[in-house]
Amino acid sequence: MRGLLRSRLFWIALLVLVIAAVLPLGVSGYVLGLLTLAYYFGVFAMAWDLLFGFAGEVNFGPTFLVGLGAYGAGILNSETGLPIPVCVLFGAGLAVAGGLLLAVPALRLSGPYFGLVTLVAVLLLQQMVTVFAKQTGGEIGLTIPDVLSIDDTTNYYIALGFMAISGFILFGLSRSALGLILQACGQDPVEAQALGFNVAKHKLAAFCVSALFSGLAGAMLVFYLGTASPGTVIDIAVGVQVIIAAVLGGRRTILGAAVGAVVLIVAGEVLRPLGQLSTFIVSAVALPAILLMPSGLLGVLMRQRG
Amino acid sequence: MLGLQILIDGFAISALYGLGAIGFTLLFGVSGVLNLAHGGILLVSAVVAWLLADQIGAYGGALAGLLAGVVMAFATYLLVVRPIQRSRAIPHEEKEIFVLTGTLLWGIMIQEVVAYFTTTSPHTVRPLVAGVSVIAGVRTPTNQLLTAVLCWAAIGLMWLLVNRTRAGKALLAASINPRGLTLLGFELQRIYLLVWAIYGVLAGTAGVLLGAFLGVSSENAGTLTASAFSIVVLGGLGSVGGSLLAAYLVGYLETITAYLISPSLRTIPALLLLVIVVYLRPQGLLGRR
Repeated sequence: MRGLLRSRLFWIALLVLVIAAVLPLGVSGYVLGLLTLAYYFGVFAMAWDLLFGFAGEVNFGPTFLVGLGAYGAGILNSETGLPIPVCVLFGAGLAVAGGLLLAVPALRLSGPYFGLVTLVAVLLLQQMVTVFAKQTGGEIGLTIPDVLSIDDTTNYYIALGFMAISGFILFGLSRSALGLILQACGQDPVEAQALGFNVAKHKLAAFCVSALFSGLAGAMLVFYLGTASPGTVIDIAVGVQVIIAAVLGGRRTILGAAVGAVVLIVAGEVLRPLGQLSTFIVSAVALPAILLMPSGLLGVLMRQRG
Repeated sequence: MLGLQILIDGFAISALYGLGAIGFTLLFGVSGVLNLAHGGILLVSAVVAWLLADQIGAYGGALAGLLAGVVMAFATYLLVVRPIQRSRAIPHEEKEIFVLTGTLLWGIMIQEVVAYFTTTSPHTVRPLVAGVSVIAGVRTPTNQLLTAVLCWAAIGLMWLLVNRTRAGKALLAASINPRGLTLLGFELQRIYLLVWAIYGVLAGTAGVLLGAFLGVSSENAGTLTASAFSIVVLGGLGSVGGSLLAAYLVGYLETITAYLISPSLRTIPALLLLVIVVYLRPQGLLGRR
């Protein structure tokens, strides 16, 4: 904890947070709505970074966990009308169960093989949504009776607070002994085991934590949007964006993932007048960016300072 | 009757799946690259064939599509894959994830450009031959039969090239022990160029035939990559025979599901099979560890 308070990154993050907190005074509801979305996205990317950057698990399907959380919460709310916090917790619980399910093959497989399992998990989830269209709303999406708030500013603060707390916990974890052990397990499991660390236990923990935050963020996003559809929370394209955000922002930095997500979402919106070409331009900028600075935006900034 | 129909339809679609996946697996086996822009390359060949078929005829269009596949394959290698492989800023053990992310982004760029110029609606390439053939009482479009024949011809040619020529044997050696090959005085760079060329021809052929058989839309580039990837992993990464076996398993499973259960569920059994195989036999059906 003391180390955390002394690190420069922590104070910069705090400054950025304060600026973000006073933002509603000066900008329009449209910008707030965009940033709200970006903040939830940031949590997806941070949770992915914990699993990939630290535990070394190539997860092509971050949206499997996000989608479970989102649909778990959404379906419970629309079927039973239980209050939002209960539904969000239920969604997060479902995502953790999904994370455990993914962790079983992850302990046996490595690299591209595990990556494929995660990819297939997303495809299967998407198919399930279509097959059980009566409960899930199918391709069109599920309409949810309750929303977090109808006020832009309130929604903005909920998202900002949620991202800040998630970021604080995930960043703290990554800088703790657990984070170091995870990194060791990811880079050389045999040696980590030889040093006496229980690789299986630590990886399992990483999956649970990553799934918990993905699921929470997915569930909160659903209650912000008031709808859940495969196109917003499950589709592989969404997962790809999460991965690009995390790699662009900087792997193994946790906070970089959130920065990358905000940059990506805002860039996509700024370029929207270009219509169809906006996605092209975002990818065309991201590709050389990844080639030229593989350690990501935050990685480059940190290297220049240190 | 229905059984025969399934047998014929399944055969053609499986041959196409096999051709689509075989280049992907060859590329991985020889150079260790998983090309996630695969679907994008198939898409470009199909769209080029579709665009040009009206001006220079179905055969000219198909040839142009094939050529487009080769051009796209080289562009992928020279613009995306090689810079990553040569970069000093990227640590060696992370090259794989960078190639994956890089080709993924490249695939999205291809897809968006195609969508911009030809919209997202599906296009069907004009078939090389028109008409319907009747085999043992089952009416089948002649083009479907031609597709199966051409797929197998391309696969056979590739087999001959790899197993019967000097360059092909060097390719095979590179997949087993690249360092040993360099010690014997072979330029690894040339072998990589060769494998990308073969990959381009296979992907181009597959793209054109796919466009004529099922039609393509810029929106399925991702799905095409995913299904090629699934087939390749099911058969065993890097194993050409395994990919063909897996292509037939997946093709027939899908056809049987579509005919006997429901067309909307056609991909589910194959995905389940994939999950089971990956859990129980992670190296794939015919893969080596």
